[in-house]
Amino acid sequence: MIHKDSKPILEVRGLCATVNGIEILKDLDFTVRSGEVHAIMGPNGSGKSTFAKVLAGHTAYEVTAGSVLFEGNNLFELEPDERARAGVFLAFQYPIEIPGVANSQFLRLSYNTVQAQRGHEELDPLEFDDFVREKMKLLEMSPNFLDRSVNEGFSGGEKKRNEILQMALLDPRLAILDETDSGLDIDALRVVSEGVNQLANKDNAIVLVTHYQRLLNYIVPDFVHVMEAGRIIKTGGKELAVELESRGYDWVGVENKATMALS
Amino acid sequence: MSQVLQNLVNRPYKHGFITDIESDVAPKGLDEDTIRMISAKKSEPDWLLEFRLKSYQAWLKMAEPEWANVHYPKIDLQAISYYAAPKQKPKLNSMDEVDPELLRTFEKLGVPLHERMALAGVAVDVVFDSVSVATTYKAKLAEVGIIFCSMSEAVTEHPELVQKYLGTVVPTGDNYFAALNSAVFTDGSFCFIPKGVKCPMDLSTYFRINTEETGQFERTLIIAEEGASVSYLEGCTAPAFSSNQLHAAVVELVALDNADIKYSTVQNWYAGDEKGVGGVYNFVTKRGLAKGVNSRISWTQVETGSAITWKYPSVILRGDNSVGEFYSVAVTNHLQQADTGTKMIHLGKNTRSTIVSKGISAGRSNNSYRGLVKITPPADGARNYSQCDSMLIGEQSGAHTFPYIQVRNNSAQVEHEASTSKIGEDQLFYFAQRGIDAEAAVSMIINGFCKDVFQQLPMEFAVEATQLLGLKLEGSVG
Repeated sequence: MIHKDSKPILEVRGLCATVNGIEILKDLDFTVRSGEVHAIMGPNGSGKSTFAKVLAGHTAYEVTAGSVLFEGNNLFELEPDERARAGVFLAFQYPIEIPGVANSQFLRLSYNTVQAQRGHEELDPLEFDDFVREKMKLLEMSPNFLDRSVNEGFSGGEKKRNEILQMALLDPRLAILDETDSGLDIDALRVVSEGVNQLANKDNAIVLVTHYQRLLNYIVPDFVHVMEAGRIIKTGGKELAVELESRGYDWVGVENKATMALS
Repeated sequence: MSQVLQNLVNRPYKHGFITDIESDVAPKGLDEDTIRMISAKKSEPDWLLEFRLKSYQAWLKMAEPEWANVHYPKIDLQAISYYAAPKQKPKLNSMDEVDPELLRTFEKLGVPLHERMALAGVAVDVVFDSVSVATTYKAKLAEVGIIFCSMSEAVTEHPELVQKYLGTVVPTGDNYFAALNSAVFTDGSFCFIPKGVKCPMDLSTYFRINTEETGQFERTLIIAEEGASVSYLEGCTAPAFSSNQLHAAVVELVALDNADIKYSTVQNWYAGDEKGVGGVYNFVTKRGLAKGVNSRISWTQVETGSAITWKYPSVILRGDNSVGEFYSVAVTNHLQQADTGTKMIHLGKNTRSTIVSKGISAGRSNNSYRGLVKITPPADGARNYSQCDSMLIGEQSGAHTFPYIQVRNNSAQVEHEASTSKIGEDQLFYFAQRGIDAEAAVSMIINGFCKDVFQQLPMEFAVEATQLLGLKLEGSVG
């Protein structure tokens, strides 16, 4: 929700980034304020996921120009783990499996690490167990998730729920959800979306990276951006997503080219 | 991220220091006179001198084994001194009499002896170089008839037991390094659990190599009589030296009917620096004889140190229904080489063996599992389950598996499972994105990988092993 006391959370200016020497992000501008929900849409290969990973600090991507301020500070001065502790959260499109590491252990270490950073008390295994079980109810997850290895043998839907569970635990300032809707059946999509909606508040912000409009039926964005060839070419309200769904991405590209030709 | 990891890999060896205690060192070189001198120094009986000389003769006819997947310059065995004893009072009645310098060494190692004894209830037979300095809790153990002392003392006090069992599991001419050990061993531990006695506490020995260029030839013998049981812990660390040190120990275990021996090792000898200079050569022969019916021998090892590890703790399953187990974690980093595994020799009926081996290779190291499962014709109904998992860290390390399976009885069931995995950048990124730095991430992944083995360790050892692995590996992904 857009509100008048909002503060800037993310300010991206002229961002360029490459992977293996190929330029993926080209002069990207993007601003997010607290309380807002943004959706970034666009065709395959437009750079949406790259943008998400650059913000999180994945080492495969090199930032070649531009700046990103996170709550007024230079994000690129922070290592990936420092960004996470500062409140940047990325829900992965393909969460990786970590055999042998119990989900409960992983979640607790993550939670306690972030809590320590914030000067809050850490939880012992028993306290954490109560805490995490409460959060799991939100996502209708079975408690046996805790005993399984992180993401190992999880179905696509289970992995995505696990991602949102981590979001719920870490209470990030900025949550970037990379294709969280992909691979979810309609019931799972509803559960995950409700979870996200409950986590949204006036102090944090959510950026949804998605292909399809259907997620936006459940999580209603304040802004919809269309990305193409590494930059945002159109921004609008939630009705833009509906229009994209019916007319396709080509329409924006054509319209955009027409606008540029006029100017 | 890689730079952070690089720095962690290059962390210096934590236990690298040399304790300044005067040593009584024999001149370098090996011949019959050296052996006679060792035997005389220790006032040994004639049968033991003969045992040594016989071993020496056998050894002279043997060649250094070259089949292992390890590469190193030939060891000049004439350049080694075969005896070193710390100069101090020979008999000590309490810890107060121990050289304070020695005690400080243990403090530095994080093994506060008093605390260990008091809190953990562990009897520690401290081997410092080659002579035992203090044996604790001996009186308490003696009450139930357990003998736990140095090998030298056992030779003096209980010669009949030593003579009866020494060399019965690992014969004098067994292999090159075992034969050498049998000829020149200086000291070690002796443990005897009489019939029907369950040892009331874990028995523990801390080994430490301390004199430069002194070969260490420890000899350990553990006997569990009918219905007896014991858990024995061996932990090792060594100071950093620039020249290689040879360690060729022999450990023999004998389990009679219904007896149970559990032998756990955490080994952290100096592995050499990141360029491969220095480090201990660890050529060890460990073997257990599950001699009686329903006997059980279990080896658990966490091998993190040594420049070269050549070690195959084995079980000969002679008694019907006897059980042999081998749980191993072997970690190599930098230029370390490890060729380790086990042999399970099934002779008795319905014998069972389990092998769980976890190899972790980082840096430019090479880690090999080599194991033999042998089911002989009389071993009806024998069963083996083997699981060998390798984990690679970084791009330049190697993992190898050499399983040998010989089955000569149709009723046998043998299973072998193997896997190879890798700690990848994407896993570390996932941890980082959840606020967890590379150190903690690697530690968590490794501990998860080694869980099945760590569960077998006694509690306080499991904690130590976890820390050690963290120290060895944190951030070795490049």
